[in-house]
Amino acid sequence: MIWWKRLWRRRQMEAQLEKELSFHLEQHTSQLIGRGIPPDEARRQARLALGGPEQVKEKCRDARGTRWLEDLLLDTRYALRTFRQKPGFTVVGLLILSLGIGATTVMFAVINSVLLRPLSYPEPDRLVSLRGFTEAFGELWGCSNLDFGDVKRESQTLALAAWTYGGGTISEPGEPEYVNGRQISAELFSTLGISPLPGRAFRLDEDRPGAAAVAMISYGLWQRDFGGQPNAIGSALVYDGKTYTVVGIAPAGFQLDGEADVFTPLEQRQDTDPRMQNRAARFLRVMARLRPGFGLAEARAELALIARHLAEEYPKSNAGLSMIPYPLEKELVGDVGSTLWLLLCAVGLVLLIACVNIANLLLARAVSRERELAIRVALGAGRGRLARQCLTESAILGVGGGLLGVVLAFVSIHPFVAFWPGSLPRAEEVHLDWRVLVFAVGTSLLSGLLFGLAPALRIPMRGVEQTLRAGARSIAGSSRRLHSAFVISEIALAVVLLVSAGMLGHTLLALSSLDPGFNLHNVMAAHFALSPGTLANPGKVREAWQDVLDRARRVPGVESVALADIIPMRKGENSVPYWTTATPPPPDQEPIALASCVTPGYLKVMGIPLRQGRFFNEHDRIGSEPVVVVDENLAQHAFGSKDAVGKRIWIPAMGTTPALVVGIVGHVRQWGLAADDQSRVRDQMYYPFAQVPAPLLHFFSSIMSFAARTTIPPLNVVEPLSRELRGVAGDQALYEVHTMEQLVSASLARQRFLLLLFGVFAGLALLLACIGIYGVLAYLTGQRVPEIGVRMTLGAKPLDVMRLVLGESLVMICVGVGVGIVAALAAGRILNRLVEGMRPADLSTFAITIPVLVIAALFASFVPARRASRVDPVSALRQQ
Amino acid sequence: MAPPKSDLPQGTLDLLILKVIALGPVHGYAIAQRLEQVSRGVVQVPEGSLYPALHRLENRGLLAADWKETETGREAKFYRLTRKGLKQLKTETADWQRLIYGIGLILQMADGGAE
Repeated sequence: MIWWKRLWRRRQMEAQLEKELSFHLEQHTSQLIGRGIPPDEARRQARLALGGPEQVKEKCRDARGTRWLEDLLLDTRYALRTFRQKPGFTVVGLLILSLGIGATTVMFAVINSVLLRPLSYPEPDRLVSLRGFTEAFGELWGCSNLDFGDVKRESQTLALAAWTYGGGTISEPGEPEYVNGRQISAELFSTLGISPLPGRAFRLDEDRPGAAAVAMISYGLWQRDFGGQPNAIGSALVYDGKTYTVVGIAPAGFQLDGEADVFTPLEQRQDTDPRMQNRAARFLRVMARLRPGFGLAEARAELALIARHLAEEYPKSNAGLSMIPYPLEKELVGDVGSTLWLLLCAVGLVLLIACVNIANLLLARAVSRERELAIRVALGAGRGRLARQCLTESAILGVGGGLLGVVLAFVSIHPFVAFWPGSLPRAEEVHLDWRVLVFAVGTSLLSGLLFGLAPALRIPMRGVEQTLRAGARSIAGSSRRLHSAFVISEIALAVVLLVSAGMLGHTLLALSSLDPGFNLHNVMAAHFALSPGTLANPGKVREAWQDVLDRARRVPGVESVALADIIPMRKGENSVPYWTTATPPPPDQEPIALASCVTPGYLKVMGIPLRQGRFFNEHDRIGSEPVVVVDENLAQHAFGSKDAVGKRIWIPAMGTTPALVVGIVGHVRQWGLAADDQSRVRDQMYYPFAQVPAPLLHFFSSIMSFAARTTIPPLNVVEPLSRELRGVAGDQALYEVHTMEQLVSASLARQRFLLLLFGVFAGLALLLACIGIYGVLAYLTGQRVPEIGVRMTLGAKPLDVMRLVLGESLVMICVGVGVGIVAALAAGRILNRLVEGMRPADLSTFAITIPVLVIAALFASFVPARRASRVDPVSALRQQ
Repeated sequence: MAPPKSDLPQGTLDLLILKVIALGPVHGYAIAQRLEQVSRGVVQVPEGSLYPALHRLENRGLLAADWKETETGREAKFYRLTRKGLKQLKTETADWQRLIYGIGLILQMADGGAE
């Protein structure tokens, strides 16, 4: 019979065993009676000959070989019974565990989906993204169009594709609507290994300047504007004033770096974007698939070679530039990895504390059951058998907590993802899969093992006799030490979380109080799309923008207005090399500055302080001398202590004529309050929009933003502004409106998010540690009641007893805090590396967090201490 | 509880049981009796270890069991040898005989030395 069948038919087998043995006894008895022995005596002799029926049965059961499973069933039943007897303990234990395991599972599920699971393209491990690297800039996320073309042509190991951002107004079909777009090279879909359904991807002959205007649209736009009809293929789409023929629909959920609704061929951008022919304009994102038979190492070697050739051929733009392939996943996921791992660690610490707490409770129970266990050992139970029983109990608790935890994770994972600051990459892929379930089950069993081990190891084997003689009142020293060790480790873990939270709080405070370099109150900024009709006529563009500014200024509540291509702390930047003489140093040694193109009102709108000279005015226009305004950093770097105003700087990206420095303004924390100090590009310069050459106006119009300083809350002017700026054809729109306050606060979103979660975890840890210390002291003093009775009879005052108990807890707390501080310093190092702008752990952080913990822990010990001081000596001694 | 002592050399109980059952399907009590008869009371089989041995052999697939009626009309568990059991019996018998022969040789030699 197969083992599980035997197990299944246990009852039947028991009945058969009983029947077989009683048959034997009856046969033997009747035979003895046949020999003339009286029936009673015959029955007795038969029984003696067989041996004790229960012992024989037990040995027969052992012979079956399924003993361990049967024991498991028994142990399970026994454990469930004990849990039912102590519902309070069980509920608290399950609650603590399910919280710990649930939170850990959520974090792991997010990590699993975002970081661990391969991208949902065929052979995702063969997809790479290309990044440039120079000594001066560090890592560049982009690649120039000309470089892209050369590498694509020359590479044997990689099949390349590229894309870049775009966006525009769809005026037909449906209501005018601004959408995000991407310009993609024709190979993109085939390189990723996906195909549009319905329709097709771009053909190579469509990815050329001057080819027929074709577009692909997103699944969402297809549903929204075309009703999901198949006849959308071949129909017309008016996008940024140009009529495209829709040739394909991207698969649902398709996204590169963020979602987009309209895809157009990259090379058709040649018509309007001068950067397409500029080798120094690195604005393309490039990805590639390794060709069959080649590995990453070969691709890396080949790219290095191609980059060297390009550098030799075009030293002005490419000297010192190398190209490196990275796994594409990294490109699409970005830097959320460190945040996720940090949170998983924090949650893991909380779970660990929860486990220690439960181990404490179980240990206390095991000690009070010592007598029972000793009796069982005396009756012949093996140590392994008893340990197995203890572990079964804790494993059941662990698995129960795990099941509840998974339910909790299932319910809370989507709210958690929605709660993520900004947008979590691959968020739509986050769900619980089998890997997460395996993780949860593993965590639960491991937790069970962790907190079941201590009680299991406490099973008495030696000195059973003493245990039995001493009775329940004795308490072994080793258990005391173990309890203290648990409390100490709990407090140490809580210290780590508290100090980490304290460090984050300190950092956030310090960062928030930093001067962003501009006045962030009452300022709004938004992208603005000019009427496509105006853009088609280059002569009208400048006028149209002036009209926008004039109209906006008349809106009530608007104080001053400006245009700018870059808004501080918002996505988007333009870094250019500059030099102070006509002959620049080698390209990789040129200093880099962030260049923003602005209108004269910008300084007033942003409230940036003017340090010296002047800002732009209406006399700075095309034809007059090119001028720039620089920030303090650039002035200091380029000209040192000398007066920068009146000097000239050469900016290769803007032509050969040098620009006159007319003013110096304050530095703006462009990269965010936290990130600015660490960023590589910290020099800043401004140049007037009025001096942008006419051929570039169309392109600049697509990137200019509108900003206004208001006298009323800035979001209140958005509606009247939009109405005023609609334009004659009603197709101009403000979109992606932010206030500067929002942008500043968003630049600290990661730190704030971490602080919030660490704060919650630290609070939980503190609570659990206090529960732990309370439980242990209550138990330990409970055990010491007779001793306390003796002390009081001998003259100890209640205060002395309290001092005794509190002193004991204080020792544990101090040791725990000591260990915790060492661990917290190590944890602080990790935080320092992973969170930008992080302040190192300083004395004040410890000075605030540690007393909180010590006071809370002492408070938790106060209750048992008081109870001990109220022991009635007479009844305590009677217990003895 | 102390394990009941068997007067049989270790491992021989299984061999004897297999041998008895090889003669035809038989129930536990009959096995005990036959062992006693066959060895004419010299080998006392402790009944307490008979049943665990039977169950162990059944578990190893050397024996199979059916519930059948006895001559007296009672239902009893009858054991019979499986093919595997028969093979086991043959090898163990051969082993045993070789062992006895070897021990016999040694004992004779010792006797000779004393003379």
